[in-house]
Amino acid sequence: MSVAEAEKTRERWQTVMSGPAPEHIKMHTRDVCVFYGAKQALFDVDLDIGEREVTALIGPSGCGKSTYLRCLNRMNDTIDICRVTGKIELEGEDIYAPSIDVVELRARVGMVFQKPNPFAKSIFDNVAYGPRIHGLAGSKSDLEDIVVSSLKKAGLYNEVSDRLHEPGTGLSGGQQQRLCIARAIAVNPEVILMDEPCSALDPIATAKVEELIDELRENYSIVIVTHSMQQAARVSQRTAFFHLGILVEVGDTDRMFTNPQDQRTQDYITGRFG
Amino acid sequence: MNTGLLVLAVLVIAIAGFILGRRHSLVTANGDIRNLHSLPGYHGQSVFIFAAAPALLLVCVWLLAQPLVIESRVSSMIEPSDIPSGSTLGLVMADVRRISDGLDVAVAQGALTEAQIDNMRADLTDVRSRLADVGIAVGSNVSQNVFLAAKEFRALNGIGRIAMAIAGLALALAGAAFAYSRITPRYRARNVSEGAIKALMILSSTVAILTTLGIVLSLVFETVHFFRLYPAQNFFFNFTWNPQFRGGSDLGIIPLLWGTLYVSFTALAVAVPIGLLSAIYLAEYASSTVRSVAKPTIELLAGIPTIVYGLFALITVGPMLRDYFAQPLGLGSSSSSVMTAGLVMGIMVIPFISSLSDDVINAVPQAMRDGSLGLGATRSETVKKVILPAALPGIVGAILLAASRAIGETMIVVMGAGAAAKLSVNPFEAMTTITVKIVSQLTGDTEFASPETLVAFALGLSLFVVTLGLNVVALYVVRKYREQYE
Repeated sequence: MSVAEAEKTRERWQTVMSGPAPEHIKMHTRDVCVFYGAKQALFDVDLDIGEREVTALIGPSGCGKSTYLRCLNRMNDTIDICRVTGKIELEGEDIYAPSIDVVELRARVGMVFQKPNPFAKSIFDNVAYGPRIHGLAGSKSDLEDIVVSSLKKAGLYNEVSDRLHEPGTGLSGGQQQRLCIARAIAVNPEVILMDEPCSALDPIATAKVEELIDELRENYSIVIVTHSMQQAARVSQRTAFFHLGILVEVGDTDRMFTNPQDQRTQDYITGRFG
Repeated sequence: MNTGLLVLAVLVIAIAGFILGRRHSLVTANGDIRNLHSLPGYHGQSVFIFAAAPALLLVCVWLLAQPLVIESRVSSMIEPSDIPSGSTLGLVMADVRRISDGLDVAVAQGALTEAQIDNMRADLTDVRSRLADVGIAVGSNVSQNVFLAAKEFRALNGIGRIAMAIAGLALALAGAAFAYSRITPRYRARNVSEGAIKALMILSSTVAILTTLGIVLSLVFETVHFFRLYPAQNFFFNFTWNPQFRGGSDLGIIPLLWGTLYVSFTALAVAVPIGLLSAIYLAEYASSTVRSVAKPTIELLAGIPTIVYGLFALITVGPMLRDYFAQPLGLGSSSSSVMTAGLVMGIMVIPFISSLSDDVINAVPQAMRDGSLGLGATRSETVKKVILPAALPGIVGAILLAASRAIGETMIVVMGAGAAAKLSVNPFEAMTTITVKIVSQLTGDTEFASPETLVAFALGLSLFVVTLGLNVVALYVVRKYREQYE
């Protein structure tokens, strides 16, 4: 590769920053590369996740946004052939350092998945699952308090208060997803990762989950992967646009959608490709 | 024409029908398959089915019915005086069949001609020695009446066979012609083929169900027979097993049932933890390279013949347990013991548990694992709280299969635990199981009407009831504790 070509590649990988970095940085990532076997899926991603705000990751399918999300709580560890390089810090602490306990990390960085995946246990046991394994409740009534308050925070309590001991899998899709969110916040995480949480839901359930995300912003840092640009615009404060494994542009959501700096971002947002 | 040849001929007609039907359908469609409702292959198949199915069905029914008809015709020729004292009509008829077969062989070898047989008379010729010359042994001297019956039997059989061949071939041709004549572009041959496949599947499952039913019924009948000769309460509640050749036996099932359950329990106590833990390791922890080597290696255990396991029990495990455990602990000096058989049998059934459990654990959706791990659960917490409850039905099924294998196992028990029917809690003592006793009661020179022999059927039925009960209990457990995922 000639020097000029290298420069060009360098430039291509350079992330456009539209707007300043977040004021309080919760998670700080530098030069993150991910390889599946020999195939590289992410190229030198530098991104900061702000505290108590919603960061949306957008981009066409296969662009690496879910892969990036799964780096943040080391869910990629469960995939044999996956290798992550670079630096990812949570509150200044390298989460890939040998001294880090991955189990503890995942309790601090919770996750909600694309398809609602409640356990085939009762609604109560679903929410109590995390507090139980982490020993967060000193007594039975403590546990009940945690379950009820988590369900309330997830906006589900009123709908299920009379059937807490029925299976969680019997709920509707939207309710199941809110149950999964309740399950995640019952562990009292600092960051919540959401991987396309509304893609399996109808518009009404989606609206409820979006409303919930907006409320959760008060207490948690949230990173959400979404295919819907309207959703990103509605719920997020910052947006990051990924394309072909490269973080193309990141900045304030308002600026990104009204005045994108990079041609590729503009093309994607206006629906010219993707 | 013999039956094999007839079936072959019918199949040849059917295949010819297939080819002709296929070609004809194309002709009716003016060579364009878009004009056809069904593809030419289906038209061919429909001709094949109409040619083969009725004809083969007829042959089957004929083969079942012909002996019954002929036997009843011929047995009426046998006078009571032809039956030697101490013999029965059945035995004489067996002679008739053998002589008839012998004459066929003699003709085939050229030792006799048809004309010679027609003129032959049993009271003038020594039929027995003539047949012995061609290698057919007949039990007693042949009387003229029996010989005539044999000749009649042979003649009727010959006529029957020819009639069957003619009827079968005619039906095949008629069926083929009928189906061929029905071919038009709009004819729904595809649906005919679909119906035929469905019928074939129904037939197969019926065969399986009827066979099971037949086995159970035969067990039940013989057991009822046994209980007429031997009181049921003695069989179920007698604590000794002591069969005698001259009657007055004690045939209590309890020591055998105890032995069976004890050995099987020991085997499961070995196999369930080892099998389940290795399944969890393979499914959840092992890398794909380890898995691809370890899984087939464990499954290899299932391929070892039980007699080899028996040898292993007899030569290695038994003496080792005796020398290092039983004798130092003062628990006996027998190398055959429940422990020996149980251990070896446990090793034998490990692959049933590990392999099947591995499959069901793998079938638990990945989303459940992610959900649990994403909440900060460790792998073993995930296995314990999410995966095992979801995989429970399959795991119970695997354990049941292993239990059935253990309960039904004979060879390892004979060689490892011995054949002494004893009631004891000492695991280092020789005991035996129901299956071993079924074998020992039915082998050797035994009369089939004595309770000592018939008890085998009662034992078999009891074993069947035990395994059935086990299945019912397991089904209930699964229903109650399962966590179901879609």
